[in-house]
Amino acid sequence: MIDWLSPEEWTAVRLSLKVALTAMAASLIPGIAIALILERGRFWGRQALDVIVHLPLVLPPVVVGYFLLLGFGKRGPIGAFLAEHFDIVFSFRWTGAALACAIMGFPLLVRAIRLSIEAVDRKLEDAAGTLGANRVWVFLVVTLPLILPGIIAGMVLSFAKAMGEFGATITFVSNIPGETQTLPSAIYTFTQIPGGEGGAMRLTLVSIAISVAALWMSEWMARRVRRRFLA
Amino acid sequence: MALDLDIRHRQGAFLLDARIRSDGRLTALFGQSGAGKTTLVNAIGGLIRPSQGRIVVNGRVLVDTERGIFVPKHKRRIGYIFQEGRLFPHLNVRQNLLFGRWFTPRRDRATDFEAMVGLLGIGHLLDRKPSTLSGGEKQRVAIGRALLADPQLLLMDEPLASLDEARKAEIYPYIERLRDEGGVPIVLVSHSVAEIARLATSIVVIADGRVTASGPAEEILRHTNLFPQSGPAEAGALIETRVLRHEDAFGLTILQAKAGPLTVPRLDLAPGAPMRVRLRARDIILSLRPPEGLSALNVLPGTISSIDEPDGASVDVTLDCGGDSLVARVTRKSVERLALRPGLAIHAIIKSIAFDREALGRAPVTTDV
Repeated sequence: MIDWLSPEEWTAVRLSLKVALTAMAASLIPGIAIALILERGRFWGRQALDVIVHLPLVLPPVVVGYFLLLGFGKRGPIGAFLAEHFDIVFSFRWTGAALACAIMGFPLLVRAIRLSIEAVDRKLEDAAGTLGANRVWVFLVVTLPLILPGIIAGMVLSFAKAMGEFGATITFVSNIPGETQTLPSAIYTFTQIPGGEGGAMRLTLVSIAISVAALWMSEWMARRVRRRFLA
Repeated sequence: MALDLDIRHRQGAFLLDARIRSDGRLTALFGQSGAGKTTLVNAIGGLIRPSQGRIVVNGRVLVDTERGIFVPKHKRRIGYIFQEGRLFPHLNVRQNLLFGRWFTPRRDRATDFEAMVGLLGIGHLLDRKPSTLSGGEKQRVAIGRALLADPQLLLMDEPLASLDEARKAEIYPYIERLRDEGGVPIVLVSHSVAEIARLATSIVVIADGRVTASGPAEEILRHTNLFPQSGPAEAGALIETRVLRHEDAFGLTILQAKAGPLTVPRLDLAPGAPMRVRLRARDIILSLRPPEGLSALNVLPGTISSIDEPDGASVDVTLDCGGDSLVARVTRKSVERLALRPGLAIHAIIKSIAFDREALGRAPVTTDV
């Protein structure tokens, strides 16, 4: 099994999983927070925030990658600041790939969670309030369990998007084997060199397998959550 | 004073302007849909913030807009039983019941879990999910959940409105036990005269956002003109009785009232059990002499204590029958023909089957007036 893929190909698979899981985990809490703010918040600028969150969905990925390069690159204002004060560097690192993937998957994550928040019966939250639970507790013991299926769905979408992200990643952090060469970049590279068809096909199969497994796992988790509601 | 409230609240074109003082063990807020009953209990429970006024429960100021006081709902310790139950779908019955207790300060946890489960008859449901319960079971769990948080006051917003008659009959005895045995004052919202006649010790009548009448249940129910919205047929007197004996051969039960024995359809109660009976004004016939050859089984002798102002063709005549106060609705023509006047000896005739089945309820142990 190990021999089936070359060491370089294995590196790309491992890196892709690391980037995708990091992107998904890092965007989870901000995603829930933004979904709550967009669904429940009543403040000036909510519309603008809504548009900004959804931009990666409609902009060409290359454009997003270019913006990231401008902002988070070595000489970009945010990138220079983070590198100087926190020693966090995004440009041409796997962390940069994770950042690009997180931003591209963010609207999908927020949309899924937001839909489930919209479906929560606010009367249940009122009932919890009359029973003595303050707002934080109401969120933790009533709202959060009720939106769990939406959170799971959002996480899977975010993960799947990250596994497939190509344009923004390659624009922002290039295509460095072992550092920023994720599955799609590796497949692309194989198609550009003579005799690379075998590698491209193998990585394509791996990519399909991971996506199907993620989908299957989300279905399984969603079913478990749903069963909790029906005894 | 269990409840002392004086609020104004505007909601669109609707204005609620209510002043209520009640010390009853079960205060019924009565009125048609849209009269403002739910808005009122939502203000007490803290679900809405009244535009103006103050709310005091058991001496504790919950709202005082002038002094800028607004206690948030989770700090009020007011139990709220909603029309739809609102059980948490992701928790089982036991977790639902214990939800409020978790947030109750340890020193205030007085209600015994096992005793409450026994009182409500929900011991066999503890591991079930709310989605598998019947409507009546859900409401019993909702009642238990509210009470296990040891509230200072219990609000019930038409808790039985979504249930059919059989399910209602299943819940009534539990509410009666809470009223008589529990130490928590109850505010019940209802638009059913039969329901409040069975359960209430005090009544507040609300129409168009205003309080039109309030007082002890017996007094309010006696006055027919307080219920213009529900029709004159709904007025009637409340009397307290005890089960005397059963006549199983005829399927009847004999109740002892101060006015005399009353024959009603068979009740499933032991002799000696207290029973509250509502006699609707339209079901009572008046006769100057003891009737003979009449099928009606209930004939109560008494005297006329007062005659109301005529309301169209009909007149309400209040009777004193051995200390029980009854109201009969008769025509103005009958008053004239029989020369009815206060002080006149009279016989009240009631058909046994006229007794409102829903209004035959367990009597409060003592009547507070």
